Amino acid sequence: MEKPNLEYINQLARGEEDVKNTLIAVVKEEYPIELENYFKSLENGNFKDIEDQVHRIKHKFSILGLEISYNKAVDFELSLREGELNKDQKDDFETTLKSITKFLKTI
Amino acid sequence: MNCIVIDDEKMARVIIKTLCSEIDSLELVEEFSDAIQAIKYLNENQVDLIFLDIHMPNFSGLDFIKTLKNPPKIIFTTSDPKFAIEAFEYDFIVDYLLKPIEFPRFEKAVKKAQKEQIIKKEASTNKVEEVKNDFYVNIDRRLIKIDLPSIYLIQSKGDYINIKTENKNYIVHSTLKKIEEKLPDSLFLKVHRSYIINVKKIIDIEDNSVLIKKDVIPVSRSKRPELMKRLDLL
Repeated sequence: MEKPNLEYINQLARGEEDVKNTLIAVVKEEYPIELENYFKSLENGNFKDIEDQVHRIKHKFSILGLEISYNKAVDFELSLREGELNKDQKDDFETTLKSITKFLKTI
Repeated sequence: MNCIVIDDEKMARVIIKTLCSEIDSLELVEEFSDAIQAIKYLNENQVDLIFLDIHMPNFSGLDFIKTLKNPPKIIFTTSDPKFAIEAFEYDFIVDYLLKPIEFPRFEKAVKKAQKEQIIKKEASTNKVEEVKNDFYVNIDRRLIKIDLPSIYLIQSKGDYINIKTENKNYIVHSTLKKIEEKLPDSLFLKVHRSYIINVKKIIDIEDNSVLIKKDVIPVSRSKRPELMKRLDLL
């Protein structure tokens, strides 16, 4: 399974530690809120809302170099748009969420 | 070139800010988490370029561009390729960047926007140069050429107009309305139902009148705001 990494953030920062730290700080600031909003939207069962939260979180996947997970999130988002909550897609998505949560504690 | 970014996600705004800082000729002047705030800002400020997210809650990027009366160049930044075709229906959309945005692609889009801005400026300069500098009037079966910048006042007198220039006055069988259509807006303004003036020739302005040469010309109350707008006030 692919693992989150800082390759894209390092590429953006171009060796500037301040920039890198700012980018990491913003991910750390936004991600828990997005995570909370995602689970809230699941509780409410509003597919449009779940789709919006998945759309938002999947950008973090791409920022953290999770290309495969990103593509799976795109499929999950599309299913939601069509009114389907696909269990496998949801499980994959949430596995990636856990992996990111774990990773963010290490940086 | 100045720019703003509109994206509900802070991370996306920070990334655009970081990318902008790599290009000397590009200055990010403001950032917005929602499009409504940006509309208010754009009503009072001029920007050359907008980095715009499409997928935003409440008011999407596509809704936003429909509200713009005089849109600047726009580069879409989105993780959703499905809107690309719709986006390019607008000629002010310069490019469509898919997230995560990498610097080489970002730079290419900015260069495209800068190039289009230069072309637009050149076109606008050429347009100014194409503005007529003179016209002919028919006086006693003779066509007489009058240089537009030399005119300082045109006064309506029944079925005739009196065109006053630096050197001579011409009485022509015409109306103010007809001649107004031939005059460049950049120089002339109808300040009263009977007078068109060359705004560059104004010597002074009082409450309801202007002094041009030795003529004191009345200014309609409704025309005063436009006149004040045209003056280069300190």
